[in-house]
Amino acid sequence: TKCVHLPPEVTATSRHYVDRLFDPDPQKVLQGVIDMKNAVIGNNKQKANLIVLGAVPRLLYLLQQGSSSSELRAECAVVLGSLAMGTENNIKSLVDCHIIPALLQGRLSLSACLRCLRTVFISPVTPVQLLYTDPTVIPHLMSLLSRSQRTQEYITQIFSHCCKTPEHQTVLFNHGAIQNIAPLLISPSYKVRMQALKCFSVLAYENTQVSMTLVNVLVDEELLSQVFVRMMQRDQPIDMQLTAAKCLTYMCRAGAIRTDDSCIVLKTLPCLVRMCSKERLLEERVEGAETLAYLMEPDVELQRIASVTDHLVAMLADYFKYPSSVSAITDIKRLDHDLKHAHELRQAAFKLYASLGSNDEDIRKKITETENMMDRIVSGLSESSVKVRLAAVRCLHSLSRSVQQLRTSFHDHAVWKPLMKLLQNAPDEVLVMASSTLCNLLLEFSPSKEPILESGVIELLCSLTQSDSPALRVNGIWALMNMAFQADQKVKGEIVRALGTEQLFRLLSDPDSNVLMKTLGLLRNLLSTRPHIDQVMSSHGKQIMQAVTLILEGEHSIEVKEQTLCILANIADGNTAKELIMTNDDILQKIKYYMAHSNVKLQLAATFCISNLIWNEEDGSQERQDKLRELGFVDILHKLTQASDPNLCDRAKTAMQQYLA
Amino acid sequence: MAELGAGSLLLGDPAFNYQEAELNERLKRLYPAVNEDETPLPRSWSPKDKYSYIGLSQNNLRVHYKGHGKNHKDAASVRATHPIPAACGIYYFEVKIVSKGLDFLSSLLPLSPIPGWDKHSYGYHGDDGHSFCSSGTGQPYGPTFTTGDVIGCCVNLINNTCFYTKNGISLGVAFTDLPPNLYPTVGLQTPGEIVDANFGQQPFVFDIEDYMSEWRAKIHGMIARFPIGERLGEWQAVLQNMVSTYLVHHGYCATATAFARATETLIQEDQTSIKNRQRIQKLVLAGRVGEAIEATQQLYPGLLEHNPNLLFMLKCRQFVEMVNGTDSEVRCFSIRSPKSQDSYPGSPSLSPRHGATNPNLHSAGADSPTCSNGVTPPNKNKSHNKYPGVSSASSSSSSSPSSVNYSESNSTDSTKSQPHSGTSNQEETRLGENDSEMEIEAEHYTNGVAENPSARIMNGTYKHQEILQAQDISLEDSCASRQLCGGNQAATERMIQFGRELQGLNEQLCREYGKNVTHKKMLQDAFSLLAYSDPWNCPVGQQLDPMQRENICSALNSAILESQNLPKQPPLMLALGQATECVQLMARVRSGSCSFARVDNFLH
Repeated sequence: TKCVHLPPEVTATSRHYVDRLFDPDPQKVLQGVIDMKNAVIGNNKQKANLIVLGAVPRLLYLLQQGSSSSELRAECAVVLGSLAMGTENNIKSLVDCHIIPALLQGRLSLSACLRCLRTVFISPVTPVQLLYTDPTVIPHLMSLLSRSQRTQEYITQIFSHCCKTPEHQTVLFNHGAIQNIAPLLISPSYKVRMQALKCFSVLAYENTQVSMTLVNVLVDEELLSQVFVRMMQRDQPIDMQLTAAKCLTYMCRAGAIRTDDSCIVLKTLPCLVRMCSKERLLEERVEGAETLAYLMEPDVELQRIASVTDHLVAMLADYFKYPSSVSAITDIKRLDHDLKHAHELRQAAFKLYASLGSNDEDIRKKITETENMMDRIVSGLSESSVKVRLAAVRCLHSLSRSVQQLRTSFHDHAVWKPLMKLLQNAPDEVLVMASSTLCNLLLEFSPSKEPILESGVIELLCSLTQSDSPALRVNGIWALMNMAFQADQKVKGEIVRALGTEQLFRLLSDPDSNVLMKTLGLLRNLLSTRPHIDQVMSSHGKQIMQAVTLILEGEHSIEVKEQTLCILANIADGNTAKELIMTNDDILQKIKYYMAHSNVKLQLAATFCISNLIWNEEDGSQERQDKLRELGFVDILHKLTQASDPNLCDRAKTAMQQYLA
Repeated sequence: MAELGAGSLLLGDPAFNYQEAELNERLKRLYPAVNEDETPLPRSWSPKDKYSYIGLSQNNLRVHYKGHGKNHKDAASVRATHPIPAACGIYYFEVKIVSKGLDFLSSLLPLSPIPGWDKHSYGYHGDDGHSFCSSGTGQPYGPTFTTGDVIGCCVNLINNTCFYTKNGISLGVAFTDLPPNLYPTVGLQTPGEIVDANFGQQPFVFDIEDYMSEWRAKIHGMIARFPIGERLGEWQAVLQNMVSTYLVHHGYCATATAFARATETLIQEDQTSIKNRQRIQKLVLAGRVGEAIEATQQLYPGLLEHNPNLLFMLKCRQFVEMVNGTDSEVRCFSIRSPKSQDSYPGSPSLSPRHGATNPNLHSAGADSPTCSNGVTPPNKNKSHNKYPGVSSASSSSSSSPSSVNYSESNSTDSTKSQPHSGTSNQEETRLGENDSEMEIEAEHYTNGVAENPSARIMNGTYKHQEILQAQDISLEDSCASRQLCGGNQAATERMIQFGRELQGLNEQLCREYGKNVTHKKMLQDAFSLLAYSDPWNCPVGQQLDPMQRENICSALNSAILESQNLPKQPPLMLALGQATECVQLMARVRSGSCSFARVDNFLH
C-alpha cells in the first residue's frame, strides 16, 4: 500500500464524512451519504481522500445490507459511481475493494448500481475477465435489459467493452445477446441504439457463428442488415454511420453477406470511404481506413471500386501530412492532438494502400504514382513505431507483387536497403512481411536482386529457415529458391555452403508442406544446368538420392511428388549424375511405378525422367537404353503412346523415337 | 426528325402518362423548392438545341450518333430543354450507355451553359476517364466507361461543385467554382453510339437522396447554430414580443396575460377588446355566423358597414351554416337539443393554420372520422367519459341560445372541469404531446392552475372542447343523420328566406360597386348546396366543412384589428411570410442552399 500524506484539515473534513456513515441512526446515515455525494461531485481530491479513509467498504456494506432502505442503497450507489468517475487510481481502489461482485450481487435493478458498474468496467484498469468469472452474472444482466433505457444503455456498454476475445463472444452469444439486444437498435434513445450497435460490432468481429445468425435477425419486421444500412445514412451521426459500417464489414468478412451485395458495394464501402475524408476527425479517419482495408482485403472487385470512389487514393495521401506545419505554429493543443494521431494515421493509410493494391496492377500503379508515395514507404520502414513499420512493409509487400513496380519504382527508390535493415532486427510479424517482400525482390527480373545479393543476404535467409515460425521458414527458403533460379555457380555454391546439407535435409522433412515444396524448388533450381547438376551431385549425390527416395515413399501430396520427380528428371539430365539413377534399381522401380500412376502430372514427370536417361546423343545412351528395355520401360512407353492426354502421349512418342534412331 | 415524330406519337399512350406522373412525383420529391412556373426542370433532351449529327428518340430521352465520327470535328452534343434551377440545391441526372459504338467510346457527360462544344462546358470522357473543363486539355479524373455502364452527374448548387458517378459509386469532385445556369448535356462522337437519359423517369442507381440528406442536415445545423453573440438579450425581447402579439391576435387572452406576466412584457390591446374578438371568433368557428355578425355590429358599430365585401362573405357563410344546421337562426327551430351544439364551438385555437404543413390540418375536418387531434381512439372514449360535466354544464346554459353571455357560461364550464383536469394532468400532457399546437395551451393551463386556480382559464377549456368536438362529430358521422337545416321545416323556410335576402344584398352591392365575380361565384356555390339531396356528399359539399370557417374568421378578426388601429397580421406571421419570401428570393438569385432551408421544415 501507498503512503499517503494528507494535510490535517482536509483529513478532518473528509473523516467527518466517513464517520457519519457509521452513525447508529439510519436517517443520519442517509443524510451523511447525501452530503458526501454533494461533496465528491467533480472533486477528485475529495474522492481520493474518502477512498484512503475507507469510505468504500462502508458504502459497499450499506449497499448490500438488507436492512438499508432502498433510498440509502441508491444514494450509496450514486456516491460509488461518482468515486469511479475519478482517476484510474480510484477505480483500482474500488476494484480492490471487490466493488464488482458487490454491485453484481446487490440489487442490480438500481440503475445507479449499473451506472457505477459501467464506469468501473469501461476503465482500462479493470480486468474484463471479472465479468465472466461468475457464470450467473451475464444471464442476470440480460434479464435486466428490458427494465429501462438507462439499464439498456449501461448493460450494452458493459458488454461491448468487455467482449474482447472469441470466448467472450461465444459466452455472450450463448446467453442470447443477439435476441436480447437486437430490439434495442430501434430504441427511441440514441445512446441505447448506439451502444447496442457497438455490441453487434464487437460480437460479429471475425465470428462466423454470430455473423451468420445476425443476417437472419428481424427487428420490427426488418432485416438487421437493412437496419444497419439505415444507420449509415449520411444524415446520421458519424459515430453511428461508422459503427454500422463496421457491423456490415464484419458480417461480410465472416461470409454472412456476399461481397457483391448492394449493401456492401453501394452502402458500406462508400460510407467507409467518406470516413476517410478530410472533414472527419482524425480518430474517425483512422478507424474508417482500417475497416475499409479489412473489408476489401480478399476481394479484387471491391478494391477496384474503392480505388475510384471519391478519389480515395489521393485522399489517403493527406494522412501523411500530420502534424501539419500550420498546427505547429498556431496551436499547441492541436499540435499535441496531431502528434498523438500521426502514427495511427500513417499506419492506417499504409494498411489501406496495402489492401487496395493487393491484386490489381492498375491500382498499384495509381498508388505508386501518388505524391511521394515510395519515399513515404521508405521512411515508414524505419519509423520507431512498430505498428507503422509493419503497415509500411505490408504496403511494400502488396506493391511488390507488381512486375512493373519491381522493375521501376522499387529499384529507383532502393527500397531493398531499408528492407534489409528491417530484417536485421524486428518482431516476427514484421519479419514475415519483410521476408515475404524480399522474396519478390529476389525474383530474377528484379533489378534489386544484384545489390541484395551483394549485401550478404544469404546468411540472413539461412538463419530464417531455422526459425520456429513456419511462415518465416517458408519465406527464408522461398527467397533462397528465387535467388538460386538461373543463378551462377558461385551463388549456388554459396547457398549450399551457407545453408549446409544438414539443414537442407532437415527442411526436406519439415512438417510444413509449404516449406517442403520450396525446399524441393530450391533443389530443382540448384540442379539446373548440366555442369551444375554434375557438380552438386558429385558432392551431395548420396544424400539427395536418399532424400528423394524417402519423399517418393512417404505420404505426400501430388505436388510434392511431382516436384520430386522433376528433380530426378534434372538429375537424369546430368552427365555423370545420370549414373546415380541408373545404378539405383530402387529408384528405377519407383519411376516405373509413377509412369503407370493414375495422375497424369506424375506420369509426365516420370516419363520425362526416363526420356532424359535414354537420350541418344549422349555417352553411354545405348547401355542405358538396353538396361531400361530389360526392366520393361519400353513396354510402358509403348502403352503411354496410346495415352489420352496429348502431352503425355507426345512425351512417350519422343522417348520411343530414341530407341528407333 | 423522324424520331421526334415517333416521340410525340407516344404522348397518348397510357403507359407514357403513367411514367409522366411518376416523373412528376419524383421530381417534386427531389426538388421541392423548385417553382416550375418560374424555372422548369429538365425533363428531356431539347430537339432544338442539338447538333445535326444527333438523333433523338423515345420521348427525346434516347440520343444516338449519326455522323461520320472521323475526327474530333465530328463530335456532336445535345442539351436538355432547361437549365438546372438553383432552387434544386442538389441536382442529379444519369445516362446509361446503351451502345458504345463501332470503335472506341467517346461519350461525354458535360454540362454546358450554352449549346456549345468547347466554351464553358464541363465533361467526363468515357474513353480515357479524363475530365475536361472548357476547351482545355483533359485531367485524369475517373475510370473509363463503356456499354452497360450508368454514369451520373451531380451538380451541387450550394458549393458550386460537381461530381460524377459510375454505376452508383461517387467518383469524387470533378469541378469547383461552376458558373450558374448549366444545362445537362451529352456529347457523342462515334457512329453507333447510343445513350439513354434519366432525368427522374426511373429510380437512380446512385442514392442521391442520401447525399441530399447530408446537405440538408448540414444546412439545418448551420441555421440551428447561427451565432447570435452579443445580441442574445435583444433577440429574446423580439421573440417574446412576437409570441405575445400572436397570442393577442388570436385572442388567447388568458395565455397572453400569463405570458406577459411571466416575461414582464406589456400587452398593447386591452383585455376587453381581446375578449370581444375572441368571442366573435369563437362564434364564427362554431358556425354561428349570424350571432357573430350581430355581436360585431354591436361591439364595433360601422365596421361591417364600411366593409361590405366582408359582410357579404359573412352572410354567405351564414347561409352555408344554415344549411349545415349550425347557425342560430335555424338552430332555434331544431328539435335537437341546442345544448349539445354549445359544446361544439371550435376554439380560436383552430384558426392559425400554416398551410399544408400543419399536422393538425385534419383535426377540424368533420368528414374524416379517423382524425381527432391526434388522440387515439381508446383515449378518446376515455376522455369523453371523463368529462361528462362539460356537456351537462353547457346544456344548462344553452337554454338561452343566442345569449350574449355565451363566453361567461363557457367559463363556468372551465372552472367546473378544472378539478378533473387537475387530477388527470398526466393525460393532459400526453394529449398535448400529440398535438403540437396544443402544447403551449396545455403548458399554460397547468401554469394557470398552479398560480391562480380560481381564474377563468379559457385555454384549458378549449382543449376539452376540441376533443369533444371531434368526438361529437365523429359520432354524428357514424349515425349519418345529417339533415338540411337540422331537418326542421320552419328552419328550412327561414333559410330560403335568408337566401332571398342574400340575393338582394348581392344585387344591391352590384348596383353600388359594380359587378363582383367573386361574390357571384360565392353565392352560386352556396345556393348550389340546395340542389342536392345530401349536401354533405355533393360536389360543392366542401363548403360545409367546419374548416372553411377559418378563412372568414381570420378575415373578420383582421378587419376588427385594423379598425382598432392594430396590425391586421401578427408580426410572427409577418416574419414567417418574410422568411418564406426570402427563401424564394434565394432561389431567384441562385443560392442553392435555399432548397434545404425550407420554412416548412422549421414549423412543427
